[in-house]
Amino acid sequence: MKTANRTITATRLVQDALDKAEHFKDYNIFTYLDKEGALKRAAEIDERIARGEKVGRLAGVPFAAKNNFLVKGCPTTASAHILEEYAAPLTATSVQKLLDEDAVLIGLTNCDAFAHGSSTENSYFGVTLNSHDRERVAGGSSGGSAVAVALDVVEFTTGSDTGGSIRQPASFNGIYGLKPTYGTVSRYGVVAMASSLDCIGFFTKTPEDMELLMEIAAGRDDKDMTTLPDYFVESEVKPVKKIGVIKDFDNDVINADIRNALKEKCEFLKSKGYEIVELDMPTLKYALAAYYIIQPAEVTSNLSRYDGVRYGFRSKETTDLASLYSKTRDEGFMPENKRRIMIGNFVLSSGFYDAYFLKAAKARTLIINEYENAFKQCDFILTPVSPNPAFKIGEKVDDPVSMYLEDLMSVSLNLAGVPGLAIPAGQNAAGLPLGLQIVGPRRSDKSLIAFAKEIVNE
Amino acid sequence: MEIKREDIFHLADLSNFSVSEAQAELLRGDLQSIIKYISELDNLNTDGVEPTYQVFEMENVWRNDEIKEQEANREDLLKLTKEEFDNQIKVPKVL
Repeated sequence: MKTANRTITATRLVQDALDKAEHFKDYNIFTYLDKEGALKRAAEIDERIARGEKVGRLAGVPFAAKNNFLVKGCPTTASAHILEEYAAPLTATSVQKLLDEDAVLIGLTNCDAFAHGSSTENSYFGVTLNSHDRERVAGGSSGGSAVAVALDVVEFTTGSDTGGSIRQPASFNGIYGLKPTYGTVSRYGVVAMASSLDCIGFFTKTPEDMELLMEIAAGRDDKDMTTLPDYFVESEVKPVKKIGVIKDFDNDVINADIRNALKEKCEFLKSKGYEIVELDMPTLKYALAAYYIIQPAEVTSNLSRYDGVRYGFRSKETTDLASLYSKTRDEGFMPENKRRIMIGNFVLSSGFYDAYFLKAAKARTLIINEYENAFKQCDFILTPVSPNPAFKIGEKVDDPVSMYLEDLMSVSLNLAGVPGLAIPAGQNAAGLPLGLQIVGPRRSDKSLIAFAKEIVNE
Repeated sequence: MEIKREDIFHLADLSNFSVSEAQAELLRGDLQSIIKYISELDNLNTDGVEPTYQVFEMENVWRNDEIKEQEANREDLLKLTKEEFDNQIKVPKVL
């Protein structure tokens, strides 16, 4: 990525990004742009460069954060009505680390409300258009972040991935998207969705950029007790020989163009001397059902804090405290938020807990075991990210199950806590980007990125 | 299992939001199809399997019991509420 120096100033990089944001306004990428603040920070960086002072590794690089990352003073609303008028009182650790390296935040990007969705159609701020076809969805939930990078508005963006929300929009827009090992990047200051699944990651145009961002953002944070010790920088890149492909996924559920892209990539890998290993992973087909039990259960708990009392939207139709809660939540949540909260309460409620939530938690164990076995047979797994390329706007939004099925191949990684890197894999005849993901064992993130570099620089 | 209209009102009650009659019918259909889908898990044998609730590898992560510097102060946080009185958040009557 381009960093600022004496000839290419931070002001110019940031002004370019703001101009492009204006040019692509119709795509509805941003929920908030901080033009004045961004240019002010850029000018400060330029002054420091002019004085010959040391600047950070991301000096003057414009970026944007998904609208569920808190940035002090910015309206982080998670694209939900219920957080309207919320001005973040603090800054997320991940964003702060980028700012400390002198990156310049130009704004917040659109997403499904509370990151509930696979298309960015569930946003209170309207849909974001796909970078390659304006009639199609950007993917989701981090749709705005993906399109911002794909249209080259900014060099990189942040995202959160609970069941595919970074990898799927990355593949719908032909860029890189990393969901790291659970606990690699601090979740502090990011609006919680499902705490045992939520991962913070990035969208970039190259694997090199991804590596740099991970070096900066990864590591232990006292404000998030689930962060891992600083393994990313210290870990070594391990040699890769065997690549696994999952037999069960090579079937009719997957779009033919995506299957072909996977085959072509495998042929390419063989020609480079890698060995392709076929994997039997029969439990993975249950991952989606387990995910749509565990995730709503955690959503129910995390979203119980939105009641109109301490912050955000408050309904005017209230007579007493009980009606303040229920009216605020009724008017403030999007339909998909409500579905997930209700499903969560259903699977946790007495009489159904054993049959649904406990059953899903047991399925999660089997999925983890299946990944552990797979990584005894291969170094990495190569799979599609989603069953289809970007679908039409409106095509699935009224049919929750058909929308959930788009997450078929992405959710198992979150259940198992393993990392996945979405990589571009060409386009179909209609010009829509196709994506694949490389999946590795826990803490193999650095090797994943190194492998992506190797198989891209053909 | 079949989801009935009264189940929707019960779940809305647990979820702490009010649901209109029209909304209830839409939600019933949606929840019915979601529950039908997640019930596919019945086909997976989980006999003798221990549940997993989280994938973090460490347990009992402690910190010293010291008050750390807070980024947000009381005034910042009170500004976020709709109604405030005498440094406290104001809500309608409880009963």
